[in-house]
Amino acid sequence: MTATVSFESVQVGTELPAQSFSLQRVNLVRYAGASGDFNVIHWNERVATSVGLPNVIAHGMLTMAEAGRVLTDWVGDPAAVVEYGVRFTRVVAVPDDDTGALLEVTGTVTELLDGRRVRVELSAAAAGDKVLGQARAVVQLA
Amino acid sequence: MALDQAFVGRTYPANEPYLVSAEKIREFADAIGDDNPAYRSVDAARALGHRDVVAPPTFVIVVTSAATAQVTSDPALGLDYSRVVHGEQSFTYERPVLAGDRLVAVATVEKIRSAAGNDLLTVSCAVSTADGEPVATARSVIVARGTAKD
Repeated sequence: MTATVSFESVQVGTELPAQSFSLQRVNLVRYAGASGDFNVIHWNERVATSVGLPNVIAHGMLTMAEAGRVLTDWVGDPAAVVEYGVRFTRVVAVPDDDTGALLEVTGTVTELLDGRRVRVELSAAAAGDKVLGQARAVVQLA
Repeated sequence: MALDQAFVGRTYPANEPYLVSAEKIREFADAIGDDNPAYRSVDAARALGHRDVVAPPTFVIVVTSAATAQVTSDPALGLDYSRVVHGEQSFTYERPVLAGDRLVAVATVEKIRSAAGNDLLTVSCAVSTADGEPVATARSVIVARGTAKD
């Protein structure tokens, strides 16, 4: 494990570089194939709307994976993420157009822990709505 | 109908080991649009101290989904899968998933409760190598919308 961020370089309130991720239908199709989650609400608008959803929605796990990139891009070694959890508080609707949904993710160090670890709180929003709750990670720093 | 509390603590038998391939890791990394070289290059992964390419943190869900499905599709539990949404997900890692791992996932029903007319089922999956080395724990909260009040 080789984190590129040293524990001494951060403090409570340190912000991780924010990122935004474009989620279009093609991304949902690719994620379905790669993950094996072929639930129709992630690719079939007719079925999605018939069960009361606003549109086809992104896999919660895809949203979680993208938000997690703010952690792994910051620290360099993906293995430095030792805990990561989220609540899926709102669906991310992905319309069938050329822009899809834009997921905006920020991260802040909220606690310094033993063993040169830090707790990070992530915030993820799409179309102005918070889509993840209690999105938290523990990251091992150098 | 609310789910039967008798299922709390029940552990399901492990599926066949999941063989993690470098190609599957790359496919998953491509699908999430992540170009981290540790997901693709053995040399990049070794420079970080890993024996082979590393899987993205949420890749564990690929390994645990079959084990979790044993619970959610258990006819005796009777979860209405057509109303199911993913409520929460968390992972704790002993070490990263690496290409070449042979992984087994054992699912346990940790908690069953009802809230606001929904059934909430917490399933924890212990992931280890086929040789018994602990790798990660994945905890999922599955929500069946509106089923608790039927």
